[in-house]
Amino acid sequence: MAEAKKYPAPQGNPETTPFWEAAKQGKLLIKRCTACGEAHYFPRSICPFCFSDKTVWEESSGEGEIYTFSLMRKSATGPYAIGYVTLKEGPSLQTNFVDCDMASLKIGQKVKVVFRPTEGAPLPFFTVA
Amino acid sequence: MSIKGKAYIAGIYEHPTRHAPDKSTSQLHAEIAKGALEDAGLTKADIDGYFCAGDAPGGVMAMVDYLGLKVRHFDSTDTGGCSYLVHLGHAAEAIAAGKCSIALITLAGKPRTGPMPPRASGAEADFEAAYGATTHNVYGMCAMRHMHEFGTTSEQLAWIKVAASHHAQYNEHAMLRDVVTVEDVLNSPMISDPLHRMDCCVVTDGGGGLIVTTEAIAKSLKKPLVRMIGHGEALKGPRGGKDLNLTYSAGVWSGPRAFEEAGVTPKDIKYASIYDSFTITVLMQLEDLGFCKKGEGGKFVADGNLISGVGKLPFNTDGGGLCSNHPVNRGGMTKIIEAVRQLRGQAHPKVQVPNCDLAIAHGTGGLLGVRHAASTCILERV
Repeated sequence: MAEAKKYPAPQGNPETTPFWEAAKQGKLLIKRCTACGEAHYFPRSICPFCFSDKTVWEESSGEGEIYTFSLMRKSATGPYAIGYVTLKEGPSLQTNFVDCDMASLKIGQKVKVVFRPTEGAPLPFFTVA
Repeated sequence: MSIKGKAYIAGIYEHPTRHAPDKSTSQLHAEIAKGALEDAGLTKADIDGYFCAGDAPGGVMAMVDYLGLKVRHFDSTDTGGCSYLVHLGHAAEAIAAGKCSIALITLAGKPRTGPMPPRASGAEADFEAAYGATTHNVYGMCAMRHMHEFGTTSEQLAWIKVAASHHAQYNEHAMLRDVVTVEDVLNSPMISDPLHRMDCCVVTDGGGGLIVTTEAIAKSLKKPLVRMIGHGEALKGPRGGKDLNLTYSAGVWSGPRAFEEAGVTPKDIKYASIYDSFTITVLMQLEDLGFCKKGEGGKFVADGNLISGVGKLPFNTDGGGLCSNHPVNRGGMTKIIEAVRQLRGQAHPKVQVPNCDLAIAHGTGGLLGVRHAASTCILERV
């Protein structure tokens, strides 16, 4: 087993602080616009759809399905599986699939969020549900 | 207002090097500028517009000073590998508007023998950088989804590399000149599923440049006349995670804009330069530009349909990025250069398209499966 991969600590900024604070509690936050009703990820203060500033934080179920993925074989820290997950709440996000058999991943497979530590706030990853 | 017929490509130069340990990146830009000027029959003092992207050390201010230019118009739009296809469109706009009359565009770099310029990142960095997106795995994700939705196969993708290799055998400067088979591609090592090593382009030092000018100046020079008749550009990203769809690119918007301006359709095109960072890039672009229906790219590229003299749509007759050259991991410039060679009738005789009077040069830049740009240029021989 290769040494545990180190992930860069999120730098954070005033716009995203609540996201990283929630991540420390193991919660995945998304943003929802109360003007148009659309959810989005990664979080913005102004809605990227209707440009309203009436966006609020919402806790995601952390459940979703694999939209696509690719198993990267050429890596100094060992193979890793990058992909996109479409959350139950609607938005899709980029992530890695961990703690599962990377060779048997399938598009459409159900996955759930798991957090991995960094030297700062933890980062959301996904594993097979 | 339209750029149609307003700007002519009077000079082209592709640096012959693929490996330049003994040169600086700025030096390569200068050698390329010199080469493009010589091809056009112009001198440095004639240049009054300059275009460069993120590969140019220090950006447009440093480059103009280093090259000793005096310009009245400049543009350093950086959209990765398609920057130069964007620059060509912008240069045509500037010329049409009278902002400059002789524009120089250069690309150069040495990813084999020096550090790569860093990729710019934005607000997404905290939410994406840790996941190790590279060109290989991001384009791999596009291919994976395309296969899932449309049944596209690795064999079909391999045909794109096979076609490029058929062309590269005649290019003395091509990095890879061996003709390969579908089996060769499928048997090459898997890099990032489902892309094999031979689905990936080469990594090369080098670059290329263009001189773009007015009709009157172009007609005073001795080169065959090649002009811009249509341009389109577009950007695409996941936009809050709502619009994630990796089966199409911004080419679905840049292509129609260019065809409409030019007043032609994909059926009219005699030769196509399509950015081939990976085999899947070509397949998706052909669909997005309307050479075939969405999802039918696999069928379209199979059985040698992209091989000059064999198939219906000769593409990348220099061997493209897959076999010949992919300077600084930015393939847009060489796409324009080979299209101009074809329109001038100066491609290698074994791959020259007979009576080639209409060509497309198209590419995407950035990361196709994340955020990217597309630019489409339609070129005509007068």
